[in-house]
Amino acid sequence: MSFVPHSEADRREMLRSIGVGDVDDLFDDIPAELRIDGELDLPSALSEWEAYRETGRLADENESLTSFAGAGIYDHHVPSAVDHLIRRSEFYTAYTPYQAEVSQGTLQAIYEFQTMVCELTGMEVANASLYDGPTAAGEAALMARSVTRRDGVVAAGSLHPHYRKVIETYLAGMGDELDTVPAAEGGTVDPARVADAVDEDTACVVLQYPNFFGLLEEVEEVAEAVHDAGALLVVAADPVALALLRSPGDAGADVVVAEGQPFGNPQSFGGPVVGLFASLEDHIRDMPGRIAATTEDEDGRRGYVLTLQTREQQIRRERATSNICTNQGLNALAATIYLSLVGRDGLRQVAETSFQNAHYARDRLEETDGVRLLHPDAPVVREFAVATDEASGSILERAAGEGLLAGVSLSRFPGLEAPDGLLLAFTEKRTRAEIDRLVDVIAG
Amino acid sequence: MSEVPDGLRYTEEHEYVRETEADGEVVVGITDFAQEELGDVVFVELPREGDSFDRMEPFGTIEAVKAVSELYTPVSGEVIEANGGLEDRPELVNEEPYGDGWMIRLRLDDPSELEGLMNADEYREHIGEG
Repeated sequence: MSFVPHSEADRREMLRSIGVGDVDDLFDDIPAELRIDGELDLPSALSEWEAYRETGRLADENESLTSFAGAGIYDHHVPSAVDHLIRRSEFYTAYTPYQAEVSQGTLQAIYEFQTMVCELTGMEVANASLYDGPTAAGEAALMARSVTRRDGVVAAGSLHPHYRKVIETYLAGMGDELDTVPAAEGGTVDPARVADAVDEDTACVVLQYPNFFGLLEEVEEVAEAVHDAGALLVVAADPVALALLRSPGDAGADVVVAEGQPFGNPQSFGGPVVGLFASLEDHIRDMPGRIAATTEDEDGRRGYVLTLQTREQQIRRERATSNICTNQGLNALAATIYLSLVGRDGLRQVAETSFQNAHYARDRLEETDGVRLLHPDAPVVREFAVATDEASGSILERAAGEGLLAGVSLSRFPGLEAPDGLLLAFTEKRTRAEIDRLVDVIAG
Repeated sequence: MSEVPDGLRYTEEHEYVRETEADGEVVVGITDFAQEELGDVVFVELPREGDSFDRMEPFGTIEAVKAVSELYTPVSGEVIEANGGLEDRPELVNEEPYGDGWMIRLRLDDPSELEGLMNADEYREHIGEG
């Protein structure tokens, strides 16, 4: 049985209809020397059973390590109900199930998702999600430029280097560069230096909270400095930490973005993930992505629709607010189900247990030879950096042998002003025994 | 029949220009015919004070239930004021297109550009109601 939808006759018919003699003629624009001549170098076809055996063998090569890695993607517990519910056929479906007539369930789930994102971030409107945290930050920078009609984008030096790169890529397309306010000695940015770095050309400042090193920035003071210059404050948050912290919105943020993976999506090998994006209502017309809203049907019953679609590429492609015309539907749904299951108190417990685990590890590592807390005086929530005498790569290798993923090597981030060491993250899943093993392995 | 007041100037894109008492200042909006064609207006995106536009450059967007359209400046000039009242009550464009449903007040760069626009009779002809 052939799974190829077009028969040879279909293809001939299509070629005749467009006046082309041969399929190869369609590729004339690609120089011949760049084209592959002949067949691809692939192994011969396998039977279904052989393919199962081969993929199983490859899967068995994966190592399952106890994870102390974070830097944006965290190993939180995912209740099994999440998987069961997202796999229901009503949800587990294709790309754009947004027609209000047939998608009330999906739209309601998105609406609940947006509501929870707003509550967590202290914002007034949230969209239906974006691809991931870093692209959400890039979109936030573009949105701030559009709102303020200014070009300058400034990032805190303590922003995740990957977020920085993504924002740089967004700006490069417009011929602009990202400015930086370097972090001070203590690992956070000094609001006074932010004030010096912003002027009447600054559209926004991007601040991470807690920052890349796990430290709490002075959001309110930074917000004041940013607003004094007429710019917007974009906060990139760890959404789990927000369960314990004053919301960025309350502290003066204008836009809040986050990597939503910690809610109901496995750490896996770093994906798939889901970007959270929320803002003050004033900027809703410049907000990227989709927004689900409530309405009433002709009998006065509550219903759900996508709204404000004119901002999107879908209707006004040439004047759209962004090129994002989709969302991470299934991952956002997983986040929604997760948050509904754990609830307000449950999320707080998750954050508190993560906090306690991090602080237990911090206390123990402080006493460990060959290790030094990179920012001993700054408040942290669930992640912190240590400088190590031994090369971090060698510690990670030894730890892997013991079944541990001992954090993320700081030397992976060129340009980061930090010595070699490890960024260590803690979740509610880590036990005291696991943390003790981590400390032992790091100590050598 | 749509209302086409005498004394105003009109474009083929269905904007009108009303001269004001202040010399060189005009008010721009869309015609009664245009609002009828669009149907219920739900949002009007307007420029900010101080923005400048060339003749027939898009200055904003009007969003109705059925369609979204660009708004064009009939004459070159600088925006002195945008009608903030449309933010909360876009339906004013439907109710009083020549009154409270106006869109922007412009300071003209070149008053002679007004001569190039249609008068009421020509516009009635244009919309087939001559």
